[in-house]
Amino acid sequence: MENGVVLTMRGITKTFPGVKALGGVDFTLRKGEIHALMGENGAGKSTLIKVLTGVYDFENGEIHVEGIDSPIINHSTQEAQNRGISTVYQEVNLCPNLTVAENLFIGREPKKFGLIDWKTMNKKAQQIIDDLDIGIDVTVTLENYSVALQQMVAIARAVDMESKVLILDEPTSSLDDNEVEKLFGMMNRLKEQGVGIIFVTHFLEQVYAVCDRITVLRNGELVGEYPIAELPRVELVAKMMGKNFDDLASIKDADDTCIKDELIIDANGLSHKGKIKPFDLEIHKGEVIGLTGLLGSGRSELARAIYGADKAQTGTLKVNGKEVKINAPIDAMKLGMGFLPDDRKAEGVIADLSIRENIILALQAKRGVFKLIPRKEQERLAEKYIKEIQVKTASMETPISQLSGGNQQKVIIGRWLATNPDFLILDEPTRGIDIGTKTEIQKLVVKLAKEGKSVIFISSEIEEMIRTCDRMVVLRDGMKVGEISEDITQATIMKAIAGGDSNE
Amino acid sequence: MKKKANFNGNNLLLVITIVLFVVMYAIGCIVYGSKGFSQFQSFLNILIGNAGLICVTCGMTCVMITGGIDISVGSLVGLDCMILAYGMEKLHWSAITAVIVVLIVGIVFGVVQGFLIGILGIQPFIITMAGLFFARGMCAVITTEMVNVANETFKKWATIKINLPFGGYVNRRGIYMAPYIRITVVIALIVVALTFILLKFTKFGRSLYAVGGNETSAKLMGLNVKMTKMKAYILSSFLCSIGGILFCMNSMTGSVAQAKGLEMEAIASAVIGGTLLTGGVGNVIGSLFGVLITGTIDALVQFNGKLLSSWSSIAVSVLLCFFIILQAIFALIKERNKA
Amino acid sequence: MSKSANGDSFIKKLTGSKVFLPLVCLFLVILINVIKSPSFLQISINNGVLYGRLIDIANRGSEIAILAIGMTLTIAVSAGTDISVGSVMALCASCCCTTLVGYGVASANKLNYPIFIGVIVGIFVGAVCGCFNGFMVARLKVQPMVATLVLYTAARAIGLLVSNNQNTYVRVEEYKYLGNFIKIGKWECPIPTPIFVAIICVALATLFLKKTALGMYIQSVGINKNASRILGINSVLIIFVCYVICGLCAGVAGTVASSRIYSADSNNIGLNFEMDAILAVALGGNSLAGGKFSLAGSIIGAYTIQALTTTLLAFGVKTEQAPVVKAIVIVLIVVIQAPAVQNYIKNRKARKISAGGGEAVAK
Repeated sequence: MENGVVLTMRGITKTFPGVKALGGVDFTLRKGEIHALMGENGAGKSTLIKVLTGVYDFENGEIHVEGIDSPIINHSTQEAQNRGISTVYQEVNLCPNLTVAENLFIGREPKKFGLIDWKTMNKKAQQIIDDLDIGIDVTVTLENYSVALQQMVAIARAVDMESKVLILDEPTSSLDDNEVEKLFGMMNRLKEQGVGIIFVTHFLEQVYAVCDRITVLRNGELVGEYPIAELPRVELVAKMMGKNFDDLASIKDADDTCIKDELIIDANGLSHKGKIKPFDLEIHKGEVIGLTGLLGSGRSELARAIYGADKAQTGTLKVNGKEVKINAPIDAMKLGMGFLPDDRKAEGVIADLSIRENIILALQAKRGVFKLIPRKEQERLAEKYIKEIQVKTASMETPISQLSGGNQQKVIIGRWLATNPDFLILDEPTRGIDIGTKTEIQKLVVKLAKEGKSVIFISSEIEEMIRTCDRMVVLRDGMKVGEISEDITQATIMKAIAGGDSNE
Repeated sequence: MKKKANFNGNNLLLVITIVLFVVMYAIGCIVYGSKGFSQFQSFLNILIGNAGLICVTCGMTCVMITGGIDISVGSLVGLDCMILAYGMEKLHWSAITAVIVVLIVGIVFGVVQGFLIGILGIQPFIITMAGLFFARGMCAVITTEMVNVANETFKKWATIKINLPFGGYVNRRGIYMAPYIRITVVIALIVVALTFILLKFTKFGRSLYAVGGNETSAKLMGLNVKMTKMKAYILSSFLCSIGGILFCMNSMTGSVAQAKGLEMEAIASAVIGGTLLTGGVGNVIGSLFGVLITGTIDALVQFNGKLLSSWSSIAVSVLLCFFIILQAIFALIKERNKA
Repeated sequence: MSKSANGDSFIKKLTGSKVFLPLVCLFLVILINVIKSPSFLQISINNGVLYGRLIDIANRGSEIAILAIGMTLTIAVSAGTDISVGSVMALCASCCCTTLVGYGVASANKLNYPIFIGVIVGIFVGAVCGCFNGFMVARLKVQPMVATLVLYTAARAIGLLVSNNQNTYVRVEEYKYLGNFIKIGKWECPIPTPIFVAIICVALATLFLKKTALGMYIQSVGINKNASRILGINSVLIIFVCYVICGLCAGVAGTVASSRIYSADSNNIGLNFEMDAILAVALGGNSLAGGKFSLAGSIIGAYTIQALTTTLLAFGVKTEQAPVVKAIVIVLIVVIQAPAVQNYIKNRKARKISAGGGEAVAK
């Protein structure tokens, strides 16, 4: 093994049924280095980490860790931990009801006469905490501290387990600027102590603030490894998103716009604490608006605030010129909105119900509980949308859980079309779907706009949005940072997403 | 960074409990002082009368800390009493044999429930409800008659008076009346002390809290969640059996209707004592105060003499309801602060 | 050929039906009885009313069937059972009788109010209890079993208070109609009234679930609460409504049970009925983890439970001992439903198939 290298992964391959998640990925981590692992949805970052920490097994490739001669294969997080690989997740995986000291020592408490020696434990714990300059009282229960401090305790625990490799999996998603600053201080101290840190994040600013090196993945393949100074932001974004247009015909004709002057949505200063900072947004009838930005930039959150999925805490919203109050999704639905959430499993499908029921449920909810849609009508609607959006199924009575992901997504789109909305929000409608279906969905969006409906379209794939959207709203770090209505090209969009001094 | 106020909702619950007990006892002393409520012995009588409940509540607290619940305890106490009474009187077991049999029954009962809940992951409520009906039915299988305990040894154990060197008074005839407790109280307090040590100073005890606090985290930190849960239910049933023996020493009978609704009193005591229904928080000292509160309610109803006995279970239910709502509100506030 | 194919599809349709297994259970229990005593299926007419073990099961099973309606809904919507139903029955009975004869009256031949007012009061009290449970579960998000535990203890005790700690007897012929037989003039209906009550309740519930979207909402909320909210369903309200319906059912069952013995016996009315109701739902093929439900299955389950109870009693098992068998049955059902066990069975099946396939290749 090279000098100063703590971890190498070579040719890692992992396949899920039908999908190649990782195709021969290499990764190298050196001693005392903060190494960013970047990539969009489905790029394979989390799969790589899970292979490393023993959550998943893998088919091909080798993992080497400093100090162990033969290649290692971890079968559990525990085993990985014993080999010096610790992970700190976005959600703090500690027990909030125990004290800081206990969280550091649980499972290996110091003992005296067979009983836990609290005094020694607290003393040792305080030492660890002080060494890392966290500055908290270890005898206090963890839940009394902010998420940032909890995260640091989690890191302290990981470090105290004598880790050589520390994986930070999106630790900053729920932290404010001050807290991030503190966390970075700690990461730099650990770096000086010689710990190798893998940093997974979506925040570009943070990557450039703290990392030494970047490895970029895309679609399960390694794009490359770069020292931070040699990779300007715009190039990083380009590498993450890929430049290759798939050779699908352009869907939209330039002169074919159907935007009318009337405003359908006029949002003023809507916000949700910790998720999306106050934003203004105007949407015209017949317009397709793309929300773009990296994952976690607030693009979903913006849409959710309009729809009332997460009730907006400030600001006003006008729909069709009238000021409205949206307390729950049903209010938005009654105003003619529809919302396809990005997490299909958690918020989209009603798993055990049939396709028919899944299609008519939203319309039923809109009509009210006492106006049951007659069975005949239900079947007519289900049949209509199964045909119209080409859901592949034997029967409309099949439980939706038996369909493939793409077909499930189509059913849910059908659900919203059935409510005949004036304004439809599609959050990542094309994620995890085959190319053919993707194109169908894009065509559908354009068709809806032609019918005079307005659409918010969110996607991780820029070319998809360029093809469908009339105007792009750019978000970064939980804030709306700009709009692009003319000259929508990859270059302009990526520049806007990258932000900062993009020639850095 | 400065730490936030250490005085959180959970501590507040315990403070409310202790204040409530003091207030309630004080009211009792004022209203029924003339009937002797204010005497030290009356307080000790609450302990004597609830020795069994104290043990049961200790076990319940452990289970509830893991975020589960055990509603089979009342019936199990009833079954224990029945086994003791029937074993000693009809099968002529010695007192020691009977006690050992009861403890073994408790452990076996706990192993079965613990396996189904911990290892197979079935909802604790369903399993322990089945346990409730099973144990109650088994009482009737043994016999549907009421059996009185006449075993000499057992009687002797039950009637030992342990005089306390303080707090006595001289009665009207000029005789010094020393306050006394029974052996049941001593055992119950030992159980409280041991459970306290178990929860505070052993790895198993802290695992209970970890599992109740966040099961996924506990698993990631290398704890055996399934076994911890299983052991909690075994512990609960075992302590419940000790409680059953103490209960029998008080009642000296075994019958199908014995200790009906005791599960409610135990759960109420634990909840009143600051154990969170969602798990992760609780301690036996609070639970002890919880038992004292429910015991005081019983005593107050008895001292009144005119009130129906059902008033005490209504009062306990109302208190339980009050504390459940308090906990729910605290939880909702916490969630709101997080978001 | 075509005939056998038809037969196959018929059998498939039959075994695939949701109520197939519950029906098999019911059939088995009845079969055991018939073997034990061939007179089991006999129905005769004595004194102008129907007699027979089957009639007895249908009659006695009415309360469980009524409770099973509410229990099915609460389990479907919140994966939690309402264990207060038995106690609420007792409370409703007490309120009904006390309203009719006045507080503190142990036995009365005259009524203060017409009977239907007493019945309405009883059912209303049930609904109030349901509201309380529903509020705790839906709004305060307390675990269903803990929330209903409060009334499990308190309702019976309040019932005792309402009836002044005694069995309040309503010695008026008409009051017995609801729980026994209706007589109009000299004509006596040969079929016990509780059967009618159960039929009416089931019919109402079915009608309500089929003619409104409530049934679909309940399943939707029970399967995926978040998705239901996003598509415009008020999850909190739906959960609340289910608990209120459960309370209503307990109210109806309580008044019927009270009418049977023309008194309010708070200590015994509805005793252990929560267990029977939950068991009925589980035996009806419904998952105790919530989600999809079949009301028909629960109703069949209810009569299976009653048949089981009757069988046990016929075999000389005492009433107090019957819970042992029921507890074992319910544990068996939940163990089979448990995901851990399901996975194990699936894995074994998969292994068997792959092993079999391997053999075939080897040949």
